[in-house]
Amino acid sequence: MESRRNPRAVVDPKVRQVGFFTSSQPDSSSSQLQQPDPISASASSPPVSTISPSGNSLSPVMIPPPRHNSSDAFPLRNAVVASAVSPSSFSYSSRRDFPDGSTTASPGRHSRGSFVKSSVPVASSLPGIGMDSMAAAKSSSVPASGLTTVSVVTMPPGLSEKASGMEVESDHKKNSKPLKEKTTKAERRAIQEAQRAAKAAAKVDGGKGPAVTSASVASTSAKAARPAKPTSQKNDVAVAAGAAEKKGGPSEKDRKKDAPHPRMQYDDESRVVKAKRRAVVKQTEAKNRVELFRHLPQYEHGTQLPDLETKFFQLDPMHPAVYKVGLQYLSGDISGGNARCIAMLHAFQEVVKDYSTPPEKNLNRDMTAKISSYVSFLIECRPLSISMGNAIRFVKNRIAKLPITLSESEAKAALQSDIERFINDKIIGADTVIVKHAVSKIRDGDVLLTYGSPTAVEMVLLHAHELRKKFRVLVVDSRPKLEGQLLLRRLIKRGINCTYTHINAISYIMHEVTKVFLGASSVLSNGTVYSRVGTACVAMVASAFRVPVLVCCEAYKFHERVQLDSICSNELGDPNAISKVHGREDINYLDGLTNNANLQFLNLMYDATPSDYISMIITDYGMVPPTSVPVIVREYQKEHLLV
Amino acid sequence: MPDVQSTVVEFVNKLRKRKIEGSQATAKCTVELLRSVISYQRVPHANQAAALIDAVKAVGQQLVAANPVELAVGNVVRRVLHIIREEDLSLTTAAMAGLDLLDASDDDDVDNCKGIGYPAMSAAVVAAAARSTLRPPSLQTLLEGTPESATVPYTSSSGADSESKTADKSSLTRKLKHDVIEGVNQLIHEIAGCHEQIAEQAIEHIHQNEVILTLGSSRTVLEFLCAAKEKKRSFRVFVAEGAPRYQGHLLAKELVARGLQTTVITDSAVFAMISRVNMVIIGAHAVMANGGVIGPVGVNMAALAAKKHAVPFVVLAGSHKLCPLYPHNPEVLLNELRSPSELLDFGEFSDCLDSGAGSGSLQVVNPTFDYVPPNLVSLFITDTGGHNPSYMYRLIADYYSADDLVM
Repeated sequence: MESRRNPRAVVDPKVRQVGFFTSSQPDSSSSQLQQPDPISASASSPPVSTISPSGNSLSPVMIPPPRHNSSDAFPLRNAVVASAVSPSSFSYSSRRDFPDGSTTASPGRHSRGSFVKSSVPVASSLPGIGMDSMAAAKSSSVPASGLTTVSVVTMPPGLSEKASGMEVESDHKKNSKPLKEKTTKAERRAIQEAQRAAKAAAKVDGGKGPAVTSASVASTSAKAARPAKPTSQKNDVAVAAGAAEKKGGPSEKDRKKDAPHPRMQYDDESRVVKAKRRAVVKQTEAKNRVELFRHLPQYEHGTQLPDLETKFFQLDPMHPAVYKVGLQYLSGDISGGNARCIAMLHAFQEVVKDYSTPPEKNLNRDMTAKISSYVSFLIECRPLSISMGNAIRFVKNRIAKLPITLSESEAKAALQSDIERFINDKIIGADTVIVKHAVSKIRDGDVLLTYGSPTAVEMVLLHAHELRKKFRVLVVDSRPKLEGQLLLRRLIKRGINCTYTHINAISYIMHEVTKVFLGASSVLSNGTVYSRVGTACVAMVASAFRVPVLVCCEAYKFHERVQLDSICSNELGDPNAISKVHGREDINYLDGLTNNANLQFLNLMYDATPSDYISMIITDYGMVPPTSVPVIVREYQKEHLLV
Repeated sequence: MPDVQSTVVEFVNKLRKRKIEGSQATAKCTVELLRSVISYQRVPHANQAAALIDAVKAVGQQLVAANPVELAVGNVVRRVLHIIREEDLSLTTAAMAGLDLLDASDDDDVDNCKGIGYPAMSAAVVAAAARSTLRPPSLQTLLEGTPESATVPYTSSSGADSESKTADKSSLTRKLKHDVIEGVNQLIHEIAGCHEQIAEQAIEHIHQNEVILTLGSSRTVLEFLCAAKEKKRSFRVFVAEGAPRYQGHLLAKELVARGLQTTVITDSAVFAMISRVNMVIIGAHAVMANGGVIGPVGVNMAALAAKKHAVPFVVLAGSHKLCPLYPHNPEVLLNELRSPSELLDFGEFSDCLDSGAGSGSLQVVNPTFDYVPPNLVSLFITDTGGHNPSYMYRLIADYYSADDLVM
């Protein structure tokens, strides 16, 4: 190892030493830093936004928050300019634990100047922190740093705010570029390590020696801030945001905030009780449940609908449009991923239209809270699909990103048009693109198999028929929903020759099939297709018979989650739908047994199709193999955030 | 005789109209019918076995033609033929033994060298006959050039005939028929008792807390699971309902009545659930000689899913389900399409069914059976024990005579 790594070893050990020898806890502390950071920041963010920075001078944890999130940034705007600016100058420290950043900042500019000055000797006298090599370099740069801090302060307040917090990392990154000529890679790394170490130290000795460590950080941060000076323009901010995203810290939190909450696990009794107290829909839990699926909600169906309908006019906090959609979910009037999503978005549009900001409240925050409460109501009615989760994330993101300068009516209009655009682009527009792609795969003489009633596939088939392609469709269906019958009826009405069968007969008819077209509720980033239960069976048999399987799915349904089986997250339907066979009165073996403790009915709604059964996924971004899903998820989400 | 004929016709009609369901019930009826055919069959003095065989074959052909998909009929007919041949052979060998004793007193060395002379020659023929009836033609018989299939019954019976000309002719005649009926009775008993035989092995295959998936309804599976339950094993059964006949509901009802933890799932959830299942147990409709299985529709899907998740796929089959034929395209040729009304309500779709006015045509496919290729089967459990799919051809050879494979 030594012989091989010799050239690096010359440079490296010094750097490593820095990290290890400074704090009592070695590397782990630096890696942990990422973790506690967002938490402490989020804990402190509300007070900071309202209270002036001087209020939290005592606690080392109460630091100026990372203002990467605009919702945090806007309130700050209302604060005193000086106080708002001051943390920004400590752009680096503000993100990390820099206890007296706020303390020193609160008095005003000159105090900061003094602080920087004071930091000089301390920083240079810090061999104990293992900065022997660094300290010299830093002390030399200190005068400059003093200058830069000031220069940053002179930045226009709005800009500096946006730039603050977020650009910490970016600053650092950016400064590494201009510094390239001066510092070697090792040196830059050393800087980074030193900063980390300093932070760790600050954590360790809490309020005791913050001056020392923070000083060292200040000096480095000051250094870091320098290159930001000339390019403190708007695009810089954007770049900074982008860069910050790439790094773990703030973007992690960002994502956490955006992402729908982790699914509630219904086997956790205390949480279930808590959730019930909040619930609008009083669902009665089904008694006779399958042990394997305790973690999923299962309610007795059809009992609470009349009760809820009577509540329609009394319900104060709920918007009638949302309420209506919720009841439609509950009764099953709206089903299918796209239909549910569009209905929800239209309801949200209504909400936005009728919204007025309550006095002394902020539009962005209040509306986000409102939407969240509506969403939890919708979840009570029926668990969200992944596509809906994505749409909600989009809406919340748009709300959060609304510029504060807009008036209420402008903001509402912008939001409504955003939602409209999402529906048109991501759902309806995506479908037309998918149809265009998929039709190119249908040839004369094909025998196409589809399962259930996927809307995208139906459009593909109808369009192919309009193009006068000659093909036959096999509609495979399964109990208990028998959605295929609806599709069958529609296809026959349009003059397409169809064959209908049930899923058990799939291996009988697979011989004649040339292509399988399937729909999906969601495509997960490991390529798993999460779809109507039975899709996995169809795909499996098709791949056993060497028939290509094409999945049509809009890209807004993609999700970064991964799933290996159909058990961990799923949705349970009405168990009584299984014991009774619709239209077959002769099948009544299980009548009167539904309450038997030994007998359970399991009505799964979805299953996960492993990616090895899928030949191709047709999305609005083109036709891709399942392995490319994570790429699309990444790209799509970036677009999602920045648009 | 006329009433036998009428029962045959009646049974053929039943088969044709698919009034009898389930391979066990069919097998039982068939074998009982054949027993009466044999007992009413007038046997000539010469060549009795051939006469019996002809009579059974004639009836068997009618039965098989009535429902070619119900392989149990053909199996049972072949079993009965095999019994006749075996009984005949054992009688012949007994007669030969008596003759040999006589010969031995006459001439010792001739008998020893077995080279020349009529009795020794006859013994060789008997040996060849014994081989040929018990198993498919061996290389040795082929080399000896004995045209066994046609001549063996003839020579042996004629030999017996010629030997026992004097006293015991009539008694021998009655003895053959009696023995055959005895053998057929044994077969009936065997078919009736195959469940118990298979169920006895349950305890060796099911462990505590096992999760078992089954599909459709099979009495064998029911008995198998209940036998394990009686032995105080506690386990859980997932039953796929088996649309469109929903026999799974029937099975679930029976299982619940016997106190087993049962969960009914839809057929589409088979793949979703298979990852949590320890074993798939299926009752076969028929087992082919290559080890392939014909079972209720949907079985192939379950077998593929089980293969994907490396879950053992176990097939229970009584010996009357073992079919000596090798399948060709069994999904289509050994299948049967049932009424579309089980899938679609005609009333609801009647407007779609007339393919005029620009609407498309509608076909509804409702097969009854599914074929599972041998590579998807982990184990067969028959009344003689557990076997690999690759061993089935050999097991089957024990039950049938090679001459009867083509009836």
